[in-house]
Amino acid sequence: MGWLLNPTTTGEKIADMLVAIALFVVVMGLILYLVDRPRRVPNWLVALAFAGVPLLLLTYGLVRSALITLWNSFFNRNGTAFVGFDNYKQAFTQGQFQQVLVNTAIWVILVPILATLIGLVYAVVVDRSRFEKAAKALIFIPMAISMVGASIIWRFVYEFRPNQPNIQQTGLLNQVLVWIGLEPQQFLSTQPWNTWFLIVVMIWIQTGFAMTVLSAAIKAIPDDIVEAARLDGLGGFGMFRYITVPSIRPALIVVLTTIAITALKVFDIVRTMTGGQFGTGVVANEFYTQAFRQNNQGLASALAVVLFVLVIPIIAYNVRQLRKTEEVR
Amino acid sequence: MTTVDDDVAPVVAKQKLSRLERRAIATKGRLSSPWASGIAILLAVLWTLPSLGLLVTSFRPSLDIRRSGWWTVIPDLFQGKTAFTLENYDQAINGNATLGTFFVNSFVITIPAVVIPITLALLAAYAFAWIDFKGRNVLFVAVFTLQVVPLQVALVPLLRDYIQLGINGSFWTVWISHSIFALPLAIFLLHNFMKEIPTSLVEAARVDGAGHVQVFFRVLMPLLVPAIASFGIFQFLWVWNDLLVGLTFTSAGNRPLTVAVAELAGSRGGQWQLLSAGAFISMVVPLVVFLALQRYFVRGLLAGSVKG
Repeated sequence: MGWLLNPTTTGEKIADMLVAIALFVVVMGLILYLVDRPRRVPNWLVALAFAGVPLLLLTYGLVRSALITLWNSFFNRNGTAFVGFDNYKQAFTQGQFQQVLVNTAIWVILVPILATLIGLVYAVVVDRSRFEKAAKALIFIPMAISMVGASIIWRFVYEFRPNQPNIQQTGLLNQVLVWIGLEPQQFLSTQPWNTWFLIVVMIWIQTGFAMTVLSAAIKAIPDDIVEAARLDGLGGFGMFRYITVPSIRPALIVVLTTIAITALKVFDIVRTMTGGQFGTGVVANEFYTQAFRQNNQGLASALAVVLFVLVIPIIAYNVRQLRKTEEVR
Repeated sequence: MTTVDDDVAPVVAKQKLSRLERRAIATKGRLSSPWASGIAILLAVLWTLPSLGLLVTSFRPSLDIRRSGWWTVIPDLFQGKTAFTLENYDQAINGNATLGTFFVNSFVITIPAVVIPITLALLAAYAFAWIDFKGRNVLFVAVFTLQVVPLQVALVPLLRDYIQLGINGSFWTVWISHSIFALPLAIFLLHNFMKEIPTSLVEAARVDGAGHVQVFFRVLMPLLVPAIASFGIFQFLWVWNDLLVGLTFTSAGNRPLTVAVAELAGSRGGQWQLLSAGAFISMVVPLVVFLALQRYFVRGLLAGSVKG
């Protein structure tokens, strides 16, 4: 039965997958069958049959894991000695980690603002134009591909060749610099601007999301409001500033906070483009390095907890705004 | 019946058309603005060029890739001296990068990691929406709140358990982990969809003597197909595109495509013939899913987008 754990051929892998699905179907089917048999079953038992397995998985996988990680963050690198808040102190005071925190802050501020702004402008300019659908799909496609794929696409844009007579640039951005008479740059290794060039990738991905949600919100603005404003003499930019933006404020907040959370947890892009070198590290990447490369479980746990704590206010704000808009409705 | 439908349809169409027309006329002023068109075209070009560049590169012979930029194919095209090749893809799939194997792995990982959490979430969502039991609201809020837990917090404790159980590195660890991580959002979204179904439908089935299991399968499932499709696509893309979970839990032979391609980027960052083809091999499936099911995908996105 070794193939169940270590399938080697394609056939074994697919068999493995089918076994997993079949096992799952049999177990859940049995639970539901048992609870459906007798005429009178107490409600709590039925609820347990329906929600028991998912709740168990959540308690085990998320609640328990989070508590263990919190506990580990107060211990040393291999969990043998209690160190109090030393790991947190290290994360917030050592230069290397301060840089990581500063970079994360730059990501969380720049990405949501720029992606939302560009997405909003694009949504407005293509709204009800003849090519709306195709134009939107173009901006939206980066959202469907992996961040690893996106990173490779952009690494190629940033590709650098030394400026010598016989060598042609193969990266588009450096070629543009050469065309306008400037020196080619090593975009990914020149501090501090390299973080900004990584951020561009995330903006490229997230703009499609912002555009889609905001476009739906714009289309939901009632006709009569738009017409009334037009009769009052508003047009072009005035319409955008005084009618469009205030009307879609709730959607704007959802988009900003959602992108901020994504930017806070950014890992794939940094890892694929620079591996966190050249001063581009962020919290999620540093967590991975500490946990699985440096084997410093204490510090890794502390970084994970920091990430957790930073997410909470953003989501809390998001939920409060959602509540407010629901009350208005 | 058909005659009635025929009578009604044109009227509805006419009203719709006139409303659309009104909007079109109202917005005409803005659309003809050259500034707006200019911005739209500029952004569309900026967003497309990077992918186009790598796509063109993936079909160029490796010597050409090293010698000149991909844009040089445009003048070359007119002189008829451009050569395109599938060699890079052949190398990436069958050569020593063996992306073909990882392609299979990605499917093997993704299908159960979509089917299992969605089924579990549907059952749980039903319990929260239609079964009356004590502590229901508190539990539901608790599940909703779990969305804030970042994956990073759970990785190390889960990995330790998998090692103790002796299943580390296998597909089972990724299936379990992805299922757990998907549940909070899935339960929340599917619960919202279930709540929208009229109570009278469920009550009527109950009066006819249907138990919870029958109500779930006979009444709710058929109505929930679009919602399931939306979330299913969302979860499919999320798992297929995931790097962190795959990287943490799988052993070398079980890696998904994203991890394999990311490793190529790390170890052979300069070999663009391999990287460009590899990147597009990893993107083909999400692109097809996206283009074919764009409508559902967008709906899933609009319904709820906090994930990770």
